[in-house]
Amino acid sequence: MPVTENWKPKIVAFCCNWCSYAGADLAGSSRLAYPADVKIIKVPCSCRVNPMFILRAFEKGADGVILCGCHPGDCHYSTGNYYARRRMTLLFSMLDYLGVEEGRTRVEWVSAAEGVKFSETMNSFVEKVRALGPNVRLGDLRCKN
Amino acid sequence: MRRIGVFVCHCGSNIAATVDVKKVVEMALKEQGVVHAEDYPYMCSEAGQVKIAEAIKEHKLEGIVVCSCSPRMHEATFRKCAERNGLNPYLVEIANIREHCSWIHKDMAEATEKAVILMRAAVAKVHLNAPLQAGESAVTKKALVIGGGIAGIQTAIDIADAGYKVDIVEKEPSIGGRMSQLDKTFPTLDCSACILTPKMVEAAAHENITIHTWSEVEKVSGFVGNFTVDIRKKARYVNMDKCTGCGVCQEKCPSKKPLNEFNRGLNTRSAIYTPFAQAIPNVPVIDANACIKLNTGKCGICEKFCQVGAIDYTQKDEIITEQYGAIVVATGFDTIKLDKYGEYAYNESKDVITSLELERIMNAAGPTKGHLERLSDGKAPKEIVFIQCVGSRCSDDRGKPYCSKICCMYTAKHAMLIRDKYPDTNVTVFYIDVRTPGKNFDEFYRRAVEDYGVNYVKGQVGKVAPQPDGSLMVHGVDLLENKQIVKKADMVVLATAIEPNPDVRKIATMLTASIDTNNFLTEAHPKLRPVESPTAGVFLSGVCQGPKDIPETVAQAGAAAVKVIGLLAKDKLKTNPCTAKADELRCNGCSQCANVCPYGAISYETKQVNDHGIREDRRIAVVNSALCQGCGACTVTCPSGAMDLQGFSNRQIIAEVDAICR
Amino acid sequence: MNKVEEIKLISGVNPLKCMKCGKCSASCPSFNEMDIKPHQFVTYVINDDVEALAQSKSAWKCLSCFACIERCPRDVKPGKLIDAARQILIRQRDQEGLSPDEIPALLDEEIPQQLLMSAFRKYRR
Repeated sequence: MPVTENWKPKIVAFCCNWCSYAGADLAGSSRLAYPADVKIIKVPCSCRVNPMFILRAFEKGADGVILCGCHPGDCHYSTGNYYARRRMTLLFSMLDYLGVEEGRTRVEWVSAAEGVKFSETMNSFVEKVRALGPNVRLGDLRCKN
Repeated sequence: MRRIGVFVCHCGSNIAATVDVKKVVEMALKEQGVVHAEDYPYMCSEAGQVKIAEAIKEHKLEGIVVCSCSPRMHEATFRKCAERNGLNPYLVEIANIREHCSWIHKDMAEATEKAVILMRAAVAKVHLNAPLQAGESAVTKKALVIGGGIAGIQTAIDIADAGYKVDIVEKEPSIGGRMSQLDKTFPTLDCSACILTPKMVEAAAHENITIHTWSEVEKVSGFVGNFTVDIRKKARYVNMDKCTGCGVCQEKCPSKKPLNEFNRGLNTRSAIYTPFAQAIPNVPVIDANACIKLNTGKCGICEKFCQVGAIDYTQKDEIITEQYGAIVVATGFDTIKLDKYGEYAYNESKDVITSLELERIMNAAGPTKGHLERLSDGKAPKEIVFIQCVGSRCSDDRGKPYCSKICCMYTAKHAMLIRDKYPDTNVTVFYIDVRTPGKNFDEFYRRAVEDYGVNYVKGQVGKVAPQPDGSLMVHGVDLLENKQIVKKADMVVLATAIEPNPDVRKIATMLTASIDTNNFLTEAHPKLRPVESPTAGVFLSGVCQGPKDIPETVAQAGAAAVKVIGLLAKDKLKTNPCTAKADELRCNGCSQCANVCPYGAISYETKQVNDHGIREDRRIAVVNSALCQGCGACTVTCPSGAMDLQGFSNRQIIAEVDAICR
Repeated sequence: MNKVEEIKLISGVNPLKCMKCGKCSASCPSFNEMDIKPHQFVTYVINDDVEALAQSKSAWKCLSCFACIERCPRDVKPGKLIDAARQILIRQRDQEGLSPDEIPALLDEEIPQQLLMSAFRKYRR
């Protein structure tokens, strides 16, 4: 796909209900802007995010996927974010092997009180994905028109 | 295909100013299954809910999407509205187009486009929502209060007065907390012990209150209404039932070297001690590190002098397990360490003290018996300098970014008390701002200036230099006169920033209560739910939530108690129906899900299944929905995809992903 | 780029973080020599009055001892602001600045080491 000036990345953000989704709410109520390219999906915990969801997002044309959870040790379910961290480490190295650049995936811990961090994280992540351009590696050709 | 209704809220101008709501409605009607869409200025209002109710009936809706504020705000409102009108509450989805869209984007076209996508994702999800039924769980009618300071005591008394059992766990040998260390309290100057002691006695005597001092919370499991807590009762080496609190053991104890924590380490105490005279319970503890008998086996003097035979060197830590319906955190605060503030010479000079140390010096039971003395040479100080905001309002890594809130007032109090009792002592206060919001607070500060002649200087102190003659050279500035000030002082008092008790992080982790970057516990909503933690069943009382003075702490303690009572008054709680569930046909009984479950909610049963006409017995995972909290760890671990989370199923999330990437 | 932006860029300081506590002025050993006091530097920068700041005596009376930088509770670092003002001046004058080769001839054995260090901080660019 040719990169046009108006190209906007599609970015899916998975946020856990207890910390990061609340952090995103706080970024909103504090009016801390981040690009509209980011669309948030609420999950109960970062450990609910199946690697399959991330592959699916890339397949359907997402240019970047970010997963946000509670800080290690602060998980509402005690240990969920540890599982998420391990799973994503494996998945991201596999994606890297498949040619999906490192900058298109990210795991970040954002607490309910860190609206500023949420907005900064999204700004820097989107900037990185924009620099990488459209993701073509995992796109399902049948999905393209 | 479900019949879906989409409702777009303007939220006044909060949403409508940046999102073209009409366009969202127009786009919604193009979505598959959407049979009705409308916008309204305030969807959450009574009139807005009537619109939803009418639409449910008129269009026979089987699913609802409300495009509005965060589901953390009004999901419950709209679910209740649906339920009242005969629609299962779990067939309602919220598209968050305020916090996640209109509030953070300025460009209308961009924000509208995003709102439409968020709406689409919610519509895609609601097509797959299952009508779930909330279960019920019983409530243990007993509360735990962690921390026995004024916040914990007040919360416990208020809960107990309502007729519920309360346990207080306090890690020190006595309840009382920081307030028991204070001499006088602003703005009335009444003696702290005089108003606190009756409360302590009331708590101790209350039939519904059990106090565990010298104890710490070790482990917390369970959930709202049904917490199981392990409490470590540290070995006291004194039998609480036998001890009469006569105090002879403390007099006779030959080990007198340990620093007295209650007096902020300004003097020493015996190895067997009660922290202060009014301690509750009035039963000493033996400091195992300092006790000669426990360390060398020789001594035993306290045992010899104890007439009732209460000393027991063989006591061991004991762990008790209790059940609670609600937990209140009231862990309080401490002052920050001043090691990083070399310029104030706190570690160099004994005459540079913190305000809390001054409280002890001013107190009749303190290290100087209430006489204002220099700790270096015992002389009466003639020139005292107070420095404000030491470690507060700092954006560097040495201090805290917040205002500690209480310092301006207690400094005015100290200055006033000193000028009152020792009129020939000069008091200078270096301040940045004097912050006195509160009833009779500014009047109090003005009295210090106008009636007591306290010299307030606007400007900060740059350095305190101890001199060979024992005095302290204070290098400050008067910003209003634009003049540098070098002042010789006999004593310097630092209004040291307060920080949450360092143990709070450990406790928050146990309770899975969230904590902010300054280690203050986070409230469920900063304005509307200030005494609740986001974790259901956990409540906040006192300074663990943010800096507060005593009246505010007591008010918040009462508020937390009301919330606890409201919870304990219920016989049954509705449980979250978004729990995991295994597909019997796909489960192969591999046990991986049970390994990752933090709640032990998964067990295995042998069940007969009918797999495409073949009946056979299989080992299948069964989720106990009362224990399952719905984190979803098992769903990802399951190798065969048998485990799924209701309300956040694989198909639902994938539908959302697809809608966003469409 | 205007002067204010230039000062912010050179110093790396955000003057809006200042809470006007005056700890810089309390710490400054050259306070009495200065016409514009350290705690006022920030206000001059915020009010776009960089010219006055650069022309003041303070720019050259600052010893670059960095006490204000060390102690500033808000990371505003007035010493860096005045240092930036000085740099702008030096860059404007260009030729008049000292080159490192000229320094040894100007040295006096009585000069304390710290002064050399701060002179280096002040004049090295």
